[in-house]
Amino acid sequence: MAEYSAFSLLKNALTGNKDWKPAWRKPDPKASYDVIVIGGGGHGLSTAYYLAKEHGITNVAVLEKGWLGSGNVGRNTTAVRSNYLLPANTRFYEHSMKLWENLSHDLNYNVMFSQRGCLNLAHTPAQFDDLARRGNAMRHLGVDAELMTTADIARLVPALDVSGSARFPVIGGLMQRRAGTARHDAVAWGYARGADRRGVDIVENCEVTGFLRDGDRITGVTTTRGEIRAKKVALAVAGSTGRVMQLAGIDHMPIESHVLQAFVSESLKPIIDTILTFGMGHFYISQSDKGGLVYGGDLDGYNSYAQRGSLPIVDEVMSEMLALFPGLARVRMLRSWGGVCDMSMDGSPIITTGPLPGMYLNCGWCYGGFKATPASGWCFAWTIAKDEPHEFNAPFTLDRFYRGLVIDDKGQGATPRMH
Amino acid sequence: MLITCPYCGPRDVIEFSYQGDGNRARPQPASQNLDAWNAYVYDRLNPAGDHNEIWQHSGGCRAHLRVVRNTLTHEISSTTFARGDHKSAARHKAEGKS
Repeated sequence: MAEYSAFSLLKNALTGNKDWKPAWRKPDPKASYDVIVIGGGGHGLSTAYYLAKEHGITNVAVLEKGWLGSGNVGRNTTAVRSNYLLPANTRFYEHSMKLWENLSHDLNYNVMFSQRGCLNLAHTPAQFDDLARRGNAMRHLGVDAELMTTADIARLVPALDVSGSARFPVIGGLMQRRAGTARHDAVAWGYARGADRRGVDIVENCEVTGFLRDGDRITGVTTTRGEIRAKKVALAVAGSTGRVMQLAGIDHMPIESHVLQAFVSESLKPIIDTILTFGMGHFYISQSDKGGLVYGGDLDGYNSYAQRGSLPIVDEVMSEMLALFPGLARVRMLRSWGGVCDMSMDGSPIITTGPLPGMYLNCGWCYGGFKATPASGWCFAWTIAKDEPHEFNAPFTLDRFYRGLVIDDKGQGATPRMH
Repeated sequence: MLITCPYCGPRDVIEFSYQGDGNRARPQPASQNLDAWNAYVYDRLNPAGDHNEIWQHSGGCRAHLRVVRNTLTHEISSTTFARGDHKSAARHKAEGKS
């Protein structure tokens, strides 16, 4: 069964690499399917994969507006972690972490998942107490977490300025050792191949332009490649949630679309072998296998559907990086880009049936959707197949905002740009 | 991005604070209409295109502004005071007071 193995590598190397099959077909859409998944990003592809693998539903189409992996699955900073405070989030993201730990094996595709740890820094005693509280909450639910002293941190990340003269001296941190990074393109391609091999049609360059309806019920979609009918239509369109829901006649959602920038520096020799987050601002950094520093910070702060950012945030992110790593002052930034994030009103996602009959909704990932990719698809597939949520995504309803059941890990309230 | 404050003229976006969707209607404080409060707090129009939004010139004259900005291109087509009574600020300036 395994298509990629040491044996197949050797065999294809000896025969000139001419016999590899494309990782997925390029089928024309059929007239109807059991399930249509709108959005060929990580979440849409993993949803299709788990529909086929876990629930035996293979008459599925994934419709992608552009090319596969052109959205946020290829634009994130690849961090995978499950260091949340609130139980609903912790359980969900820990389920995701467990799927990540076996993902390369499960997909027979190397997603280069590297459990290098994620360290949140504290710069005040109160912040350190807060991290201790979060660590305890995590351990209470069986997730690994450990507090680190400044001396521990100095040993782990020698380049970090932990001196008392730093702008915000580091007084400790919370480490999740099982956290890490993965190669985001491989995640999209691996899920696509896995879904394709089980019979799922992945239809690229196929933009949904409207919904087919029978009364209230959604019965299919109109697309740039014709009408496609389906018993169930599932949305996993992240930053475009507002636009697609408007096609279905739903104008208002508890979502705002914001742009988040990410940056890559020139390649350096190994300098940071973990994911590090700053506590006195919004900044995170890791180093890719190619040696580039991968880092980012806050949203631009105002609604945006443009997949590019503005300069004030570039300035802010760089100054935060230098507050932590003065030695990086002369490192050159190679690239920056932006992705459109579906910021929900409480910072937590929505994975649910509805809101219209025949429709299923997966959105609200804020800027943390990449780490959720396996569990998001797993739970969404369950919800689509059984018409009811799994216990892991049962709290992530759309109506929780109106029922006083928000899941606000940061305690920020209904200000999406702050989550 | 430049925002043209009706009082101060064109200024860099870093002088302004974003206050979000300007389409929301706040119910009367005594209102017990839960749906209206829920809609005010949680529901957003979130268009891809012209967006009616509120900004404050917090690093300048501190006036609240109603801005129509395109969320795809960031082009600003209109900037006005969010409240009509900001005319008083303009009058203040015309009278030469500091």
